[in-house]
Amino acid sequence: MIIVNSIAVGLKEIWAHKVRSLLTMLGIILGVASLVGMAAIIKGMENGMKEAMIAMGGVDKVLTQNQSVPAWQDHLADQAPGKTMVDVMALKSSAPLLRLVSPEMALDDVTLSRGDKRADYSECVGVWPAVLEMNLHTLEHGRFFNDLDEELARPVCVIGTGIRDELWGKPSETGREVIPVGDTLLISGQPFVVVGMFQEYMGEQESKERARAAAQPPGARDAGGPKRQKGWGRRGGWAFWRKNHTIYMPLNTAWIRFRSAGRGDGIPDPRLTDIDIKVADFNRLEDAIQQARNVMLLTHQGIEDFTFETQENQIENINKQIKNARLSGGFIAGISLLVGGIGIMNIMLASINERVREIGICKAVGATGFNIFLQILIESAVLAVIGGFMGLVVSELFVDLIGVLTPSQNTPVITRNAELVAVAFSAMVGVVAGIIPAIKAARFSPIEALRYE
Amino acid sequence: MALLELRNVSKIYHLGGEEIRALDDVSLDIDGGEFVSIIGPSGSGKSTLMHILGCLDTPTCGTVTLDGIEVQRATATQLAQVRNRKIGFVFQFFNLLPKLNVVQNVELPMIYAGVSGRQRREQALHALELVELGNRLKNRPSQLSGGQQQRVAIARALVNNPRIIFADEPTGNLDTHTGEVILALFRKLSQEGRTVILVTHNPEIAAVTPRRIEIRNGKIAEKVDARLAGLDRVSAAATAGP
Repeated sequence: MIIVNSIAVGLKEIWAHKVRSLLTMLGIILGVASLVGMAAIIKGMENGMKEAMIAMGGVDKVLTQNQSVPAWQDHLADQAPGKTMVDVMALKSSAPLLRLVSPEMALDDVTLSRGDKRADYSECVGVWPAVLEMNLHTLEHGRFFNDLDEELARPVCVIGTGIRDELWGKPSETGREVIPVGDTLLISGQPFVVVGMFQEYMGEQESKERARAAAQPPGARDAGGPKRQKGWGRRGGWAFWRKNHTIYMPLNTAWIRFRSAGRGDGIPDPRLTDIDIKVADFNRLEDAIQQARNVMLLTHQGIEDFTFETQENQIENINKQIKNARLSGGFIAGISLLVGGIGIMNIMLASINERVREIGICKAVGATGFNIFLQILIESAVLAVIGGFMGLVVSELFVDLIGVLTPSQNTPVITRNAELVAVAFSAMVGVVAGIIPAIKAARFSPIEALRYE
Repeated sequence: MALLELRNVSKIYHLGGEEIRALDDVSLDIDGGEFVSIIGPSGSGKSTLMHILGCLDTPTCGTVTLDGIEVQRATATQLAQVRNRKIGFVFQFFNLLPKLNVVQNVELPMIYAGVSGRQRREQALHALELVELGNRLKNRPSQLSGGQQQRVAIARALVNNPRIIFADEPTGNLDTHTGEVILALFRKLSQEGRTVILVTHNPEIAAVTPRRIEIRNGKIAEKVDARLAGLDRVSAAATAGP
């Protein structure tokens, strides 16, 4: 009863001093807006990082990396075999904790061309079909390699849409989607037949933008001035660019047509660039890695010229970064909320000094000190909560503004949680800020208060 | 036992080392249903007496018993509850809350008494009917005349159905005619059986009450019978003379 009434009186008090209340609330409004905005930016970053993470092959992918032999094996360094097909065969047959083993033989200095056009590529690799699942590729057109292609080292390839865009033209330029399956391109001068093409990979944000652009009438599309390079820190965007600019050929093709001739020195180089593995059971990741390690130590005659890198490290990194960003962002926004709280305390102190007589009357008709205390506290909290809700509105605008000023792959995402925390925190700030004025008001002696002019 | 009992009550203030006895060893009984005026010039201690009688203040020494409650021992919260349930105040400057309308002002004591919303409204309307202001419910105090404001204040004092009504110079800010209307209202309340205590410096107003308590320099000076009051004034006028 008294609480409802106090809220009503509080609202009346706020309404009676509109400008003053608004100025007081400004601190809270900005504090909440920056808290929610900060959380939204960080959430956007997180989403972008996770998307990129998945674009790179998901969390259960384990990379085998070269490493220089440990110091105590220094004398064996020249015998280090590097990763070869021997390892792949051994892993496939002797490591049951692994689900997938995907060898990759990358070609470094090739050129991709068709007619007078040349294309950039992210990786031009000889692979097994296992790579599809390993790198989470989806074949949209044509087919992937079969055993015969592998066996006969046929000059066939599967490309990403990025390479199609550069050699055959983008759908947005040619006006139709070119599907170059059956067409020929040159890899370092050797003709290869394109047998398949992946789907186009893009982040959530980009696909939204595409959909928006498609909904607009043609002609309005490019009205937005020169195109800008998008992508924050080249993280999310980079991962998708990379995936779209992939070109795969059968492993055997890469070996026979390129690597067996050596890398410019005429000495055949059978070493694989990568052996990526996926474990059967993510919960037994450590065991699986240990098993793979045992197998590979055998094939490497005990020379430890390899190591495993799990995406867990990456996830840990991502989480650490996000945690740091959250902490520092939250701290800064918290300070601005605190400043808002001090503003409220200031105004409440001024307000009770103006209302000494009013408080005296209330006490004369029977208000206890606690009633008055509650009244002032609630007024202060109401002020802060209204400020908090206004701050939520401002934060929407704020996030939109950020989106316009710095377009990026990682659009800020306002989360309900952040909003809840911000409003709760502002209410708390309001209550805390109200305590001192409320105690002061509750202590007024009724006679003094009534005499006060 | 009397409704209000004061026994050897003193209120002492210290101002810069100097001791001021606003009330000096006052003993006094007021019975339920009495219509009493406390009269005295300004600075005589009558306001202090009213504050102590009205539980707005506690005495330095001595005992005050109000309806069986020992006021000098009560906590601030208990005093607030006593003021809320047993006492109604009417002030010289009306002391209505300017931001609330008439009904809300009258409802205020009931909010602190924890009365439910509907009952509050009913009782407030009833109290306002008593002071003949049933038609100005939604007005703000600033939209009312002085007399109307004072009637709202009286309605507020009545609304919790208290045993005692204190009026501190209730006509001090009103013209003579309005003042008489207000005094008539108090007389009516007294006739209905309420204890009404008028505090004033004006002997003419004190003259309306059957019992008068005169305060001078913090002490009760004399008790004057109402029937003699008129004569008093006549003789005072005669001796003052030109």
